[in-house]
Amino acid sequence: MPEPEPEPGTVPAAAHAVSGAAIHLENLTKRFPGSSAPAVDCVNMEIRAGELVVFVGPSGCGKTTTMKMINRLIEPTSGRIRIDGEDVTGMDPVRLRRKIGYAIQQSGLFPHMTVAQNIALVPRMTGWSKARTGTRVDEMLDLVGLDPGEFRARYPRQLSGGQQQRVGVARALAADPPVLLMDEPFGAVDPITRDHLQDELIRLQHELHKTIVFVTHDFDEAIKLGDRIAVLRERSHIAQFDTPEAILTNPADDFVSGFVGAGAALKRLNLTRVRDVGVSAFPTATVDDPLQSIFDQLRTGTTNEVLLLDRHRRPYKWLRRGDLMRAKGSLARAGTLVHDTVTRDATLRDALEAVLIDNAGRVAVTGRRGEYEGVVDMETLMNSVHELLEADRLDAAEHQHLLEEQRSQQTRQEQEGCAPGEPGEEG
Amino acid sequence: MSFWEYLGSRHEQLLADAYQHASAVLQCMVVATLLGVVIGVLTYRSAWAGDLAVTVTATLLTIPSLALIGLLIPVTGLGVAPTVTALVLYGLLPIVRNAIVGLRGVDPSLVDAAKGIGMSRPARLLRVELPLAWPPILTGIRVATQMLMGIAAIAAYASGPGLGNEIFRGISSLGSANALNQVLAGTLGIVVLALLFDAVYVLIGWLTIPRGIRA
Repeated sequence: MPEPEPEPGTVPAAAHAVSGAAIHLENLTKRFPGSSAPAVDCVNMEIRAGELVVFVGPSGCGKTTTMKMINRLIEPTSGRIRIDGEDVTGMDPVRLRRKIGYAIQQSGLFPHMTVAQNIALVPRMTGWSKARTGTRVDEMLDLVGLDPGEFRARYPRQLSGGQQQRVGVARALAADPPVLLMDEPFGAVDPITRDHLQDELIRLQHELHKTIVFVTHDFDEAIKLGDRIAVLRERSHIAQFDTPEAILTNPADDFVSGFVGAGAALKRLNLTRVRDVGVSAFPTATVDDPLQSIFDQLRTGTTNEVLLLDRHRRPYKWLRRGDLMRAKGSLARAGTLVHDTVTRDATLRDALEAVLIDNAGRVAVTGRRGEYEGVVDMETLMNSVHELLEADRLDAAEHQHLLEEQRSQQTRQEQEGCAPGEPGEEG
Repeated sequence: MSFWEYLGSRHEQLLADAYQHASAVLQCMVVATLLGVVIGVLTYRSAWAGDLAVTVTATLLTIPSLALIGLLIPVTGLGVAPTVTALVLYGLLPIVRNAIVGLRGVDPSLVDAAKGIGMSRPARLLRVELPLAWPPILTGIRVATQMLMGIAAIAAYASGPGLGNEIFRGISSLGSANALNQVLAGTLGIVVLALLFDAVYVLIGWLTIPRGIRA
């Protein structure tokens, strides 16, 4: 979604960003010398252009190996990889890698180079001029939320873990590659920073639309980031490759449901935002209204409660009929203060949390500047969740059909093309 | 004649010897550094080749310097040739060993990153591995220089250049008036040269080790 006119200070590159390239893995197999069973056994996968696909699975399942075959850090034993339709299996690996961004755990920044030198590496290698690279470095730092003036000349060891990781992503994106590979990039930072970095990645991807392959063993991270998730079992066999919603509501088998873990319905709440469910209107009044009109509203209205807004239309107090009786002409002491609100961008999980804490079981929804937009209560939340789950189930049933078709096709391919992979299975 | 009087009367000869001594060590160090780093680069990736290189250079170091120079004379003749050969061979061990240890010590994830962002093998070596291995290599060069300073004195035995001539002259005329002064002047000269070289290495370290990895 290229913005027609980027604001000053944001990244002009986003305006002409290439959207990602599709990746096809065809019968991809890796057999390490000295081991009888292949590490990756006949993987077939189609990753669409501009999609963020997460490989998730237990450690040792071959997810990293599979990813590293895409930029040929590990050479496949057999099978093909096509990027944007072009077979890259026989291409010069160095040239291939310059078109694929690569970000790894602990950032992989070179400690003897400054932040700017690190980011400039790939553009310089691909023959960009010094001047163009210089402006690009500043753009990239802006993009990942670091002030170029402050950070350009720093060395990696002068950065926090989260900042290093941002620079790592900036370096990976510097030459504007259509494809980005990320190998547990947020595995080594603290949970709060990780959460921030994940949000940043979502924002970046929203701007750039790269094709991203993201490897992690953290299923919650996969749900949060992935457009689609490939749950891999040993030897990189695909247990399920689907949207987070479908995997949560309809895990393909025991392995996947085991990996999803307990609380799939709760995790599902993370995938839906308050703006996607109905926000109901609530009787409101503002602090400037004459007391009498508020009285009348409460007496004649269908509810016995109003939400009092302050001068900026921000939720201020919940006022009950009984409160007014005791107020004796002033609103200063009446009612209960609104202590928690959620924005329309909050996840249903956040909303549920707020509703559970509220003693009347509802929470005010606010807009960008904190102004009142509506109210969500337990009942709407419950209904929405039921509807969501029902819709997911219907989708999944439809999907199931497709999945079975795919699987039978894959089995056929395995029998034809990848027969050597089978003996390992008997052992 | 007191030691100071001796220095005063012979300073021209002494300075010439010191200059030759320093120049011989310097030139041999340049050759040994290039050779040592190349050997390190060629062998560090293979377990056995790297170990072989370290073992061979270590074995060379166990040969007494006097014996090595003596053995070289029939091959290379007298003068500069045996001196240079011997000094280069002795200088190799610390450099080869530190180059191999340094290159093997580079964080594998950084090498993986360098590969992953599309650096070719020569680029990886020149821009990532060698710069990161440079501090230990420089330490090796420093150690080798200190060693060669002393060993170069023995070169006078094969009519080589340097302050060793002063020492040998003194030893061969023990008992004569200036014998002690000669030995002392040669020895102190070598110590002073060694300290000067070391100071230069500290400076080189400051100038060439990037701030990001300076200890």
